[in-house]
Amino acid sequence: MTTTTPPMLVEPEGKVSARKLKAQLRAQEAKTKLSSPWASGLAIIIAILWTLPTFGLLVNSLRTTPGPTTSGWWKFWSNGIGFTFENYTNAWTGNGAQPLSDFILNSIIITLPAVFIPITLALLAAYAFAWIDFKGKNILFIAVFVMQVVPIQVALIPLNTVYVKLGLNTSFWSIWLSHTIFGLPLAIFLLHNFMKEIPGSLIEAARVDGAGHVRIFFQVLMPLLVPAIASFGIFQFLWVWNDLLVALTFSSQNTSPITKGIQQLTTQFGQQGNILPAAAVLAMLVPLAVFLSLQRFFVRGLLAGSVKG
Amino acid sequence: MSIVVWLVIVAAIAGIIIASLGGGETGLLFKAREQHGWLATAIFNPTSAGQKIFVMILAILLFVVIMGVILWAIDRPKVPLGVLVAGFLGPVVIALSGGLLWSGISTIIKSFQTFNSSGQSTGWAGFDNYTRIFTAANQNMLINTVLWIFLVPILATAFGLVYATLVDRTRFEAAAKALIFLPTAISMVAASVIWRYVYYQPSPSGKEQVGLLNALVELVGGTPQNWTTKFPLGTLALIVVMIWIQAGFAMTVLSAAIKAVPDDIIEAAKIDGATGMRLFWSVTIPTIRPTLVVVLTTVAIASLKTFDIVNVMGGNLPVNNIVANAFYNASSVQQPGWAGAYAVIIFIVVTPVIIFNVRQMKKSEAIR
Repeated sequence: MTTTTPPMLVEPEGKVSARKLKAQLRAQEAKTKLSSPWASGLAIIIAILWTLPTFGLLVNSLRTTPGPTTSGWWKFWSNGIGFTFENYTNAWTGNGAQPLSDFILNSIIITLPAVFIPITLALLAAYAFAWIDFKGKNILFIAVFVMQVVPIQVALIPLNTVYVKLGLNTSFWSIWLSHTIFGLPLAIFLLHNFMKEIPGSLIEAARVDGAGHVRIFFQVLMPLLVPAIASFGIFQFLWVWNDLLVALTFSSQNTSPITKGIQQLTTQFGQQGNILPAAAVLAMLVPLAVFLSLQRFFVRGLLAGSVKG
Repeated sequence: MSIVVWLVIVAAIAGIIIASLGGGETGLLFKAREQHGWLATAIFNPTSAGQKIFVMILAILLFVVIMGVILWAIDRPKVPLGVLVAGFLGPVVIALSGGLLWSGISTIIKSFQTFNSSGQSTGWAGFDNYTRIFTAANQNMLINTVLWIFLVPILATAFGLVYATLVDRTRFEAAAKALIFLPTAISMVAASVIWRYVYYQPSPSGKEQVGLLNALVELVGGTPQNWTTKFPLGTLALIVVMIWIQAGFAMTVLSAAIKAVPDDIIEAAKIDGATGMRLFWSVTIPTIRPTLVVVLTTVAIASLKTFDIVNVMGGNLPVNNIVANAFYNASSVQQPGWAGAYAVIIFIVVTPVIIFNVRQMKKSEAIR
């Protein structure tokens, strides 16, 4: 995600069909070339290797107690260990410990503002960088670009002292603020790339009609940017939902997200061995659902700044 | 007036507001937090689901109102350019200069100081915090970090490239790619639980193996072992997990690059008699080289900053330690000087990558 390139331009009609034709021809050729048995075989082996660990977790999460810790999951059909959803209900209701439903609620509470706020701020900034001419624009943009690579570790301890001073520590506010700050540089960079691709004539036309920058931003650009916003939204969503470092640094027991919940379970493996796999599966469900349903957008977002089109 | 002046004015006003809100025990927010009503609890210490949802909606509304006021204020025909830009960029400049720039500088300063047990600075330490890191005791950590930044990007990219090539333009391409890409959506904590059942410790003699890897080792006649507790085996085991997560990203980006290789180049090479592997090495790879570089650097930065896998899976054992995890351990035991030094080392390792990327960006801007 590090070079500015315009890969997503809509190409003129004729060119597309010519390209498509060529692609089809090549696809036919490729079929004969790549259906060589060893290539497909290798692809299938890699795919199985990649999926096997997750499959093992799924099987373990469904086995009756004390299934997961006395025999390997691949023995699930042999030694009389039955299947049950009890692990899931136990994990969800806590079974004595803090219920997982609490952690998932916290994750949702953390994620929604931590996706909405940085994207809005980044859209405004990206607009200014793309379509308002002012002195020092390039230097400021490079400064933002460089911020992308600053490791968040550098910022954690000073931020924490600020939150303590403001009285915001251990509340949701410190987590929202941190995710907003850490998400901004990449968001600005990617959204700026998308914005640059919108034809300048559109904006010129709006300006001739007397629209100011705020009007242009909301009425001309926003509707065109929906796919870009969706793609970066998923990006930011996965990053916030899956984060552990910010959660460990800033959250209290009351505001811990699901990742911290799982991390706590792993340190008490003895007693919680039965619900750990179920808890891990539950933690994966929301991001996987979001990811699978919006995969096309997400992949586009990944590609936005990185591939020569 | 120059834009920079306007932005500085905005930042100064924001600073005064924040200072009056905070300002230690007497600040407005502090007083509000001391209240014991439902509202104060919901805002600062929410416990019930209702309170949590309330404070979330409140946060979003507050943000919308503030941004609404700013945009309404600058949306007039004769507003000076500086004010306009300050309206669009002001919030971001405040967030980044306060949250990343200022805290980065303050961390660098802290890394040259010593601290007492309550976290108060007790004076300058010179390079003591740094020399402390580069001692024999930390040798494993430094080797591990180097292994992480080199092995993960190279192997993840290689796997992604091979797989993207293998499934390119086959009938099952979409499904096959989704399988490899799925781990990218899974949190590293969940991934650590997933891989726990692969690396599970060996069972006592006579009992059957619970971990997949040990069961396989036994099947081929080897001795089962603790995969994550020895050096450098533990680090390699954890690196495999990171490769498992990152290969999907590499594959997706590289696959798009492979599809973008112009047809006429391939046809020309074919006329010259290049086929199969030759075609791949002498045409495809050189054409997608820029993308390869981008993928390698992105994954390298990600693995340099990763701490979750080592923290959760590595059992916090010294043999598995890396700089990012050492940073977390130092900051959680209130050693800001040490933590600062670790953070600065991460930053120094990343700096050449920044410079390289700024150059790349300027180059592609120039092409445009």
